[in-house]
Amino acid sequence: MSFDIPDDLNYLESHEWTTVDDETVRVGISDFAQDELGDVVFVELPDVGDSVEQGSAFGVVESIKAVSDLYAPVSGEITGVNEALFDQPELLNEDPFGEGWLIEISPSDNAEFDDLRSAEEYREQIA
Amino acid sequence: MARRQPPLAEVHAADGASVTEFGSWEMPVEFDSIRTEHAAVRKAVGIFDVSHMGEIEVSGPDATALMGRLTTNDIEVLSPGEAQYACVTREDGVILDDTVVYRLPDRDGQSAYLFIPNAGHDTQLEEWWVEHREKWGLTATVDNTTTEWAMFAVQGPESPEIVAAVADESVTELGRFEHTTAEIAGVGCRIARTGYTGEDGFEILCPTDVAEEVWTAFDCQPCGLGARDTLRTEMGFLLSGQDFDPEAEPRTPYEAGVGFVVDLDTEFVGRDALVDQKETGTEQTFVGVTMLDRGVPRGGYPLVDEEGEAIGTLTSGTMSPTLNEGIGLGYLNVEYATPGESVDIVVRGSEKRAEITELPFVSK
Repeated sequence: MSFDIPDDLNYLESHEWTTVDDETVRVGISDFAQDELGDVVFVELPDVGDSVEQGSAFGVVESIKAVSDLYAPVSGEITGVNEALFDQPELLNEDPFGEGWLIEISPSDNAEFDDLRSAEEYREQIA
Repeated sequence: MARRQPPLAEVHAADGASVTEFGSWEMPVEFDSIRTEHAAVRKAVGIFDVSHMGEIEVSGPDATALMGRLTTNDIEVLSPGEAQYACVTREDGVILDDTVVYRLPDRDGQSAYLFIPNAGHDTQLEEWWVEHREKWGLTATVDNTTTEWAMFAVQGPESPEIVAAVADESVTELGRFEHTTAEIAGVGCRIARTGYTGEDGFEILCPTDVAEEVWTAFDCQPCGLGARDTLRTEMGFLLSGQDFDPEAEPRTPYEAGVGFVVDLDTEFVGRDALVDQKETGTEQTFVGVTMLDRGVPRGGYPLVDEEGEAIGTLTSGTMSPTLNEGIGLGYLNVEYATPGESVDIVVRGSEKRAEITELPFVSK
């Protein structure tokens, strides 16, 4: 099976993706991750204004069979939360890079992007 | 411990199944999606490979005595072609495993039985049977034939049509917990009207070496252990090793809500302890809970009262695909176990409101 891995995103080893931007980044989980989880039934996310640290858990995603923590790709303040997921968690399965996005972060340290994996590196990881 | 694989591991892999470890077996957990497979069984029909279930055959002059003294139900009521659900208990009444006992046609004028231990319990129960046969000086053959049999479950309201399409139609006249032999795709199988989903259905035993012919004869949705778990949870059916376990979750049939398979008028290991417990009652009882707050109950989550005092624990939980609500099974102090009352579930450190629910969650 082949998974969608957009080239313009950065990735964490734990399968989260992030856009790359100075102002605001959008974060989600990869196509591979949603496939591994199976039917997503519940998402727990932080509130706008909360702060997160790179590599620490900011929320939880549950499928019928599994509970997984979600890890922040970069540190910063939460500026957006995809509340549509509370009623339609299946968006994570249907459109993990689009309507299934999780949170938006205003990054506090742009140097942190250097710690993330490129699409190419992530492709090798899940190969 | 080495992983055991079902005979059709490669066939399932080619079908795109993802696998999971269960009771030391590597079994298909999901073919398409749990929701798709679950819905197929509730609305139409699906087929499961449950070859992780064990098979032990017991026959000989004392076969009935041995079976009767090691299972909680009344073995004497079984005629050849009938089956019953029972628990296997140890001296203190704690459940070692639950099982379905089939009475087979007599062999050389002697009674014969086949019983189905859960995944990973076949060796333990074989030893338990042999040990007690020796201790009691009984004459019976105990054969662990787990590797000789593949087992498939065809479940759902349309299962009679699907089975009639591949086997003699008389098979669909079997009543609940009746079994017979029949040919499927030219293979001699044992077919029982049993299951673990709450739907009408059949469980089929066929020889390992020709299992693929039987599996591929059925034209319906393949289902994995993921859907098997959500289906049984909706029915409040116990999962051995999770809802009870002699080490991690020692429970008696009365605590586990299966007192209906205990016949105290028969002699069996654990009877005396269960006589006492029936008189004194249990501290906790098996209940269903439905989430009122957002969230998914899971095995291991504590149940607490309004003051946050521990009053029980969940042993199973999931998002019900039929109800789209979080449902859980577990043990609760009897004084709190009233359907309709609320209880709190501690989910990752925070208390979520739930309601005690009469089982099954999904009425059939």
